[in-house]
Amino acid sequence: MKRLEPKHPLAIRWFHWINFPLLAAMIWSGLLIYWANDVYRVGWGSWTLLHFFPDWFYNWTGLPHRLAEGMAWHFFFLWLFAINGLLYVAYTVFSGEWRYLVPNRNSFREAFDVVLHDLGLRKQPLPRRKFNGAQRFAYTGVVAMGFGSLVTGIAIWRSVQFGWLTWLLGGYQAARTEHFLLTVGYVAFFVIHIAQVVRAGWNNFRAMVIGKELVETEDIPTESGAEHA
Amino acid sequence: MPDEELKRELKRLNRRVFLSGGAAVAAGLLGWEWLQSRPQEDHLPWPLRKGLELNESFAKTYFGEARLIREFPREAAGDIRPNGDVGIDDDDFEPSAWKLNVAGLAGGPLDLALADITALPRVELTAEFKCIEGWSNVVNWTGARLADLVKKYPPKDMTGSSYVSLETPDGEYYVGLDVPSAIHPQTLLAYEMNGQPLNSDHGAPLRLVIPVKYGIKNLKRVGRLAFTRERPKDYWAERGYDWYAGF
Repeated sequence: MKRLEPKHPLAIRWFHWINFPLLAAMIWSGLLIYWANDVYRVGWGSWTLLHFFPDWFYNWTGLPHRLAEGMAWHFFFLWLFAINGLLYVAYTVFSGEWRYLVPNRNSFREAFDVVLHDLGLRKQPLPRRKFNGAQRFAYTGVVAMGFGSLVTGIAIWRSVQFGWLTWLLGGYQAARTEHFLLTVGYVAFFVIHIAQVVRAGWNNFRAMVIGKELVETEDIPTESGAEHA
Repeated sequence: MPDEELKRELKRLNRRVFLSGGAAVAAGLLGWEWLQSRPQEDHLPWPLRKGLELNESFAKTYFGEARLIREFPREAAGDIRPNGDVGIDDDDFEPSAWKLNVAGLAGGPLDLALADITALPRVELTAEFKCIEGWSNVVNWTGARLADLVKKYPPKDMTGSSYVSLETPDGEYYVGLDVPSAIHPQTLLAYEMNGQPLNSDHGAPLRLVIPVKYGIKNLKRVGRLAFTRERPKDYWAERGYDWYAGF
């Protein structure tokens, strides 16, 4: 026998799905800005392994010569991105949802086990609960990254009025580098997140859309099941 | 839960999401389309222009005259990229005949010689010059505070809501400034760079150095300076950039 069990609250689903196009718009407009001084690369001395970004990428995306437009979009959408993110954090705090999301004392060990499991090095099944240790780190970490983008962004954008922040971050160019690295981080998060969602299957994905998950009646998830019952 | 009931429940949830989610996606796409298709104001769809102006009004509320750009030791100063020659590519320009025309003064317009500027208190500043493109260079400047010029040659009316406009002698490049940024203690009319008289690439004989703004506002070869009540036109703002362009 199967039944539908509540998993993700409506508010969290809205915040999540609204964040997706907003973050995409921030990254896109950020790239329009970055193009004007595209100095970052992976390499050593005069040897470059990877330049951000190769010509084929620019040609393919149509990013070049759009700095003014990029800045206008970036400083428009930043408010929506920030407000959505702050409301999400406020919601998780006041609703108590943070308890499922913030890593706890067991999360380190569990996250390690999850990584071993996902790499096929550990055969034991994963804990049956809303978010495992690895997910807690990932989902709390990505929110911290969002906060980091906001802070490094302010340090670049208003580097005199918030000069103390720019100084704390190591200076203007350091803040710019950090802002860029965080964006690389989102892209890495996105790739892993999508891969994991595909792996977890339709039922798990659908829960992020409709809010409920199909579970076997004799196999009620321990944590969220108890809370929501 | 029996299968039939489960199916019905799933169908109900799916329909609900299809309706609300579909409406949200449609609203998002329409909003995006709407934003992009608005009539342009200075090369930006007007809502984006309004967005920049809203950001500007926020920035003005927390602008602190006492908040200074960080100064670097003199040795940290290096070269700076001369990033464009709009307004300074005029071959007929005669440096020896140069005057700074100042308008909007209480005592009527004035033509100042370089000696009038160098007669003002000499100020040195080593600070990071930030181009709107994203690069920055630490440069050492010597010049007079615009605030000291204002003190010596008082404008007709200058309030927090009035403006300062500057342009090159040929009128090709022009910038507008809000008064608090213009009279910021680190805003200079510079005549030396890294201990040498300004060369023509960097705006000889006199250029604006305004570290609370992006490089685009740091007008080279200032020919005219005016105190005005109307918001002055601005070369780069007309090309889609933020009029305020301040840090």
